[in-house]
Amino acid sequence: MSGNKQDEDPRINGIKTKIRVVPDFPKKGIMFQDITTVLLDPKAFKDTIDLFVERYRDKNISVVAGIEARGFIFGPPIALAIGAKFVPLRKPKKLPGETIFEEYELEYGNDRLEMHVGAVEAGDRALVVDDLIATGGTLCAAINLLERVGAEVVECACVIELPELKGRQRLKGKPLCMLVEYR
Amino acid sequence: MTILFVCYKQQPAVSQESENMTSKEDGQDPRLPKIASSIRVIPDFPKPGIMFQDITTLLLDTEAFKDTIDIFVERYKGKGISVVAGVEARGFIFGPPIALAIGAKFVPMRKPKKLPGKVFSEEYSLEYGTDKIEMHVGAVEPGERAIIIDDLIATGGTLSAAIRLLERVGVKIVECACVIELPELKGRDKLGETPLFILVTSDAA
Repeated sequence: MSGNKQDEDPRINGIKTKIRVVPDFPKKGIMFQDITTVLLDPKAFKDTIDLFVERYRDKNISVVAGIEARGFIFGPPIALAIGAKFVPLRKPKKLPGETIFEEYELEYGNDRLEMHVGAVEAGDRALVVDDLIATGGTLCAAINLLERVGAEVVECACVIELPELKGRQRLKGKPLCMLVEYR
Repeated sequence: MTILFVCYKQQPAVSQESENMTSKEDGQDPRLPKIASSIRVIPDFPKPGIMFQDITTLLLDTEAFKDTIDIFVERYKGKGISVVAGVEARGFIFGPPIALAIGAKFVPMRKPKKLPGKVFSEEYSLEYGTDKIEMHVGAVEPGERAIIIDDLIATGGTLSAAIRLLERVGVKIVECACVIELPELKGRDKLGETPLFILVTSDAA
């Protein structure tokens, strides 16, 4: 699924054509990958989920961690289909219970990703899901949170990769599965 | 459409205070007790006096999460609903699985400046000040039938704004659906003609 054109599942092109690219959002020069248009096509959305579910259903995954907010759209359907718990990873101050946090870098300054204490246990096998991987900073923070509580991160799963930003190299050696590349 | 309203006594996992709710003995879906008891109540979040209804513990219970989605899917499948609108961010957790199962599109309704394309906005009141909810232009079409999903209805401000937003573009809102209602806050009154379906009720404070 990740990058080998000859093996490409025929559903992938259907998904790719539904992604809308919005120029200059959130600022000039950025070509924003808008997945909301995929969600408007029930077949494309179902195919996206099915591709991930087929990959992970027999891998004994016990946790799907989704990154706020677009990871909340793709993570839960995958979790439900493979029988895993869904764990939201959130911006600061959103989770009501006791949390642990991991800091990560933005272009200017830092941000934090939080997870509830007790959501994930040592020995859990985890997937991290987000709509897109850019620099990999958020995904790296997610991996750190899960590893700190003793979970094993099996893979990161994203719909879209921006390979020029080399996010793949920031995943602490964890594999990345993506469906669509944007160069 | 009649308002079907099922509720169950909620068992708080963390707080020692008792949450009392009326329980309906007859005709009650047997999946509801487990769903209700999987919700964690966190006192004094985000501020003193508020008993926060935390659905993240429901999401950790694979059977309870699946049952929650199944109850909504059973209710909405085959009703000609082409749009499931979910309110950011916890509506994003419940809405998509329902949309996928009933063959509808999922439309995220977001806080300002998150959606990249052209948007419609609707303002709503907060305790102090106002906020806005946004939806992409072109996401929905006149004549479509929609449900709006969120994890919880409190004052009804956000849901009523979501209703107004969809109605402005000619969509018919068949129902609002939430896992939890805080009936003391009378959010239902803000929804006008739109029915509300919920699984669990709880005291607000």
